Order: sequence, then structure tokens, then C-alpha cells
Amino acid sequence: MRIATLKTSYAGDEALFDTKLQRSLLALFGLVLAVFPFVAGPYWLFMACLVAINVASATGLNILTGYTGLVSLGQAAFMGVGAYTVAILELRVGTPFPVNLLAAGATTALVGAVVGLPSLRVKGLYLAIATIGASVILHFVFANWSLTGEARGLSMPPARLFGNDLDQPFELYWVIVPITAAMILGAANLFRTRIGRAFIAIRDRDISAEVLGIPLLRYKLTSFAISSFYAGVAGGLWAYFFRVVTPESFPLINSIFYLAAIIVGGMGTILGGILGAAFMTMVPEVLKLVVGWFSPYFPDALAALAPIRTIVFGALIVGFLIFEPQGLAEIWARVRRFFHLWPFKT
Amino acid sequence: MTSELPGSPVLKVEGVSLAFGGVRALSKVSLEAAEGTITAIIGPNGAGKTSLFNAISGFYRPAEGRILFEGRDISRLRPPARAKLGLARTFQNIALFRGMTVLDNIKLGRHAHLRTNVLDALFYWGRAQREELALRQEIEERIIDFLEIQHIRRAPVGALPYGLQKRVELARALAMRPKILMLDEPVAGMNREETEDMARFILDVKEEWGVTILMVEHDMGMVMDISDHVIVLNFGQVIAQGRPAEVQRDPAVVSAYLGSGDVGELSRRLHARQAA
Repeated sequence: MRIATLKTSYAGDEALFDTKLQRSLLALFGLVLAVFPFVAGPYWLFMACLVAINVASATGLNILTGYTGLVSLGQAAFMGVGAYTVAILELRVGTPFPVNLLAAGATTALVGAVVGLPSLRVKGLYLAIATIGASVILHFVFANWSLTGEARGLSMPPARLFGNDLDQPFELYWVIVPITAAMILGAANLFRTRIGRAFIAIRDRDISAEVLGIPLLRYKLTSFAISSFYAGVAGGLWAYFFRVVTPESFPLINSIFYLAAIIVGGMGTILGGILGAAFMTMVPEVLKLVVGWFSPYFPDALAALAPIRTIVFGALIVGFLIFEPQGLAEIWARVRRFFHLWPFKT
Repeated sequence: MTSELPGSPVLKVEGVSLAFGGVRALSKVSLEAAEGTITAIIGPNGAGKTSLFNAISGFYRPAEGRILFEGRDISRLRPPARAKLGLARTFQNIALFRGMTVLDNIKLGRHAHLRTNVLDALFYWGRAQREELALRQEIEERIIDFLEIQHIRRAPVGALPYGLQKRVELARALAMRPKILMLDEPVAGMNREETEDMARFILDVKEEWGVTILMVEHDMGMVMDISDHVIVLNFGQVIAQGRPAEVQRDPAVVSAYLGSGDVGELSRRLHARQAA
């Protein structure tokens, strides 16, 4: 049983990872991520990149919905803004990809802040509907503007780094995963400072937040902007990954996917966004794999089990909502508590 | 403890009226809170005490009248701007952030005085780190130590007993670097021991921190013990004010509290309680 952790400075106590064990586990995880591309096949690399992109976007939505309490169903459309920005810059301007990604984030942050304007007046479901309205408008723009290639969309060249085309998952992995890691670190840092605390204050009790000197509109828009910045960068990475951006790339159902991801993962925890997005991306694939194992024994299993897979996936989400409303992050917290208290029980 | 010559007023309310539809919550209320004193506002339920607080902190815009803070008219400022000037308050029904720890709740009090911007925050470099560490140190060494809440600093606020939550709310208000502290029923629902602790903290805030205090409270024992100046509201009007002993003798106050009847008898009863 761990009784306490010794710290001799406030800096030590304010650190993000404040024990040796945490830091070693993190280093180990980093090592696994670094070795992974060399041992995994192309399929798993593809999945890893997709998970990382979804994690980045879900973390952004978590800042807005999980931490600030503003429900948004515009995350997919925001990713679309980022993806189109990258594609247009690649095709028309030809700037290097890190610049394009930043530009995608900045553009989307701006769009997000405008979409967030109604949030001063409306909350909850009403705000969700307002963001759906905004995504419908954005989709209309994507599908009808000549700059975005109308219904055909845009095909773009791969990202280039030092004269090399980054067009394989193996190469893109080294771009996508570090960027996602940096974004997660940024989000974690945010909540160690006054900005993040203000977001949580707005979520928990907005009247009280005002009395403490937090201007509501400015902080709600800031939250929208940061969240959209994350969506924009994630969308930009998505564009480099798939290299075709069409109006159908970011349907409304994807926004629901991200909302489900943070609910399943755990709203208002950084770990929740990571676990939720990984879970939501991987479980359908894992189920597909399981179905694949059965096919030698039941020749027509594939046809029969495909719908069952979807049902199982849906049932898993419902199960989580009922039995683990705090999400996957809470399970992790419980595991940690168990080991801290061992051999005693809570 | 009452000084005959109070300091200059930190807060001045001039002829403030407030109406909700046809209901007049406040009519031409004027009062002052002198620097370095404790001013208590008392009055029966529905007298307009909390409405007055809400008008001062900026939630309600008065129909007429002005509110002056250190000589400056703040009537048109929004609540966050008033907070930044040094107007701190607590709420009758505790308004802490239940999901956050005690430490984070207190840190939130300093929000308006910190400079960290979004970029600093995302990278947690230079200014963000410096500010956070300085803030942590000050909270630990001045506020948490002062209010004797070291043992709960990591606890989520929602899990704390009521008396401690009130103390955490006071801690958060102190982190705001207040010039005036408005306490809305700081000891409501507390037992005797908790009330005495809180009264001691309020007095210490006045003496050691030099903060002017304006409070609404129903606990007459405490009000009479620690206030320098008492203002009595009834039906949205100031019906009496003065030093605690004067106010207690005022027949209008006695009748507002106890209903009209034999004023002399009731007054004697009050004195008997005071002597006890």
C-alpha cells in the first residue's frame, strides 16, 4: 500500500506526472509507440494512424464538451474545414505541410469561434442543435463552392518532408502520432492553468464563475476556438492520410462518433478522450477480426455475423453508459486505486 | 471595538431601487461600508438583503441609484469587471465547483489577477509555470494555513461537510485579493462551534488582512458580537442603522423582527439575551 508520495517543492507537487512510477510507465509507453511501426504490419499501422487522428479530434471535443460543458455536434464539420484548408493550400499554394496544418488549425479555430457565438444564450440540447445547424451550413459550402471542388471534392498530393513523399502509413505514423501526443500534452497543460480552470468553472456553475472575474462569452469562445483548432489539425492530418477530401468525408454521424467517444472514454478527463477514441475506432475492427476467426468453421459466418458485429458494438456503448457512466477513464482510476491500496480493499 | 470615526467608505450604495415586475425588492437603499470595518445587513426573510448583494456584485441592474466602489461609479460594470477591482463575495447556498478539489477552487479565486494566456497555458512554459507556482505557494502559506484547511486541500469539494465548504468558499474569496468581502449568510446552518470558528476567521480577515467586510447574517448573536455597524432592511428599505447596541434598542427593528406588540417587554427580553 502506498501511504503518500514525498515532495519537497511546490513544483514537484504541481507536476503533470508526479511519481517515478508514472514517469517510467510513460517512458515505456513511448518506447512501445516508437517500436510499433517496425513490428506491425501495414494494416495495424493504418489503424494506429486512424486512432491517433481520432484521439486528437476527440481530445479537442473533450475540451469543449467535457470540460466546458458546451455540447457540440459540429466536430466532424470542423475537421472538414481543416481538411479542406490543407487540401487547398497544397493544391493552390504549395506551402510545406507543417505550415498547412497550423493554418488548418487557425482557420478552423476562427470558424469555431463564430459557430460558438450562440453559446452565450443557449446551452445543452439547444446549443447542440445550433452546432448541427452550423455543420449543415458548412457541408453546403463544401459541396457548392468552386474552391472546395464542389461535389467532386479535392484530391491532393502527399505531404513532403526533405524531398520525400510521405504516402505510406509507416511514414505518416511519424508525423501523426507525435503531433497527436503534443496536442494531448497541450490539453493536459491547459487544465493546470487559469484558462482550463475557468472552463471547468463555467461548466460547473457559470454564475459563480462570473463573480470570480471570468467573462463568460470570452471563455466560451476561447473554448470553442481551442476545440476547433484541435479538430482542424486532426482534419488536416486526416487529409494527408487519405488524400481525397469530399463533402461526404465528414458526415454528421462522425460528430456523433466523437461525442460517443468522449462519453465512453470519460468526459472531462484527458485520458477519457484518448481511451474513448481508441475504443470506438478499434472495437469494430477487433469484432471484425473475431468474426474472421469463425469463418473457417461456419463458411457463411461473414455474411451472418456482419450485422451482429454492429449490434454488439452498439450494445457495448449502451452497456458502458449504464454500468460505467464515468467512462473508461474511471476504470483506469479504479485499477490505480486498487494497486495503491493493495493489500487492502476500498 | 467600534471606532467613532469610521474610515472612508470603500463601498457606497446611493439610493438604489430594484423592481421585479411589480414587486419592489429595494427602494432607495443607501448605505456605506467604511474601510476596515465589519458592516452587517440584517432583516427578516424577503427584506431584500440578497437582492442588494446581487445588485452590488452586478447580477441585477438597479432601476435607479448608483453604486460607488472606492469613489468610482461601478453601476454599469459587469460582474467579472467588478471582481477584478476587488469586490469578492460568497453565496448563501454555497457556490463552489463541486467536482474540483479544494486547491483548484481556491486557485480559481485568483483568476482575474493572473496573466497566463492560451499559448502559455498549452505549453505550460515561462509565465504560466511561474504564475502557477507562485500562486500555489501563496495559497498554501497564506490562505490554507490561515483557514486551517491543510488536511482537505486534495479533497473534492462535493465530499466535504457543510461547515468546511463554507470555509473553502471564504478561502476562494480571499484568493481574489479582495478590498471588500461580501459574505452572504456565512454561518447559516452551522452549529455553535463552527459558528465561533467562522466568526474568528471573519474577525481575523478584518484585522490581519485589512479587508472591509459587508455581511448578511441571521445569527443575531454573531452579528452583534463582531459587527462595527449594523444596517436593518425591511421590505426593501433601510429602517435603522448604527452601532449594534443602538440598533438593538430601536423600536422599529424590534417590531420588524418580532411583530408589533409590547415593545418595551420585547426590548427587555432582547437585553436579557444580550446580557446572558
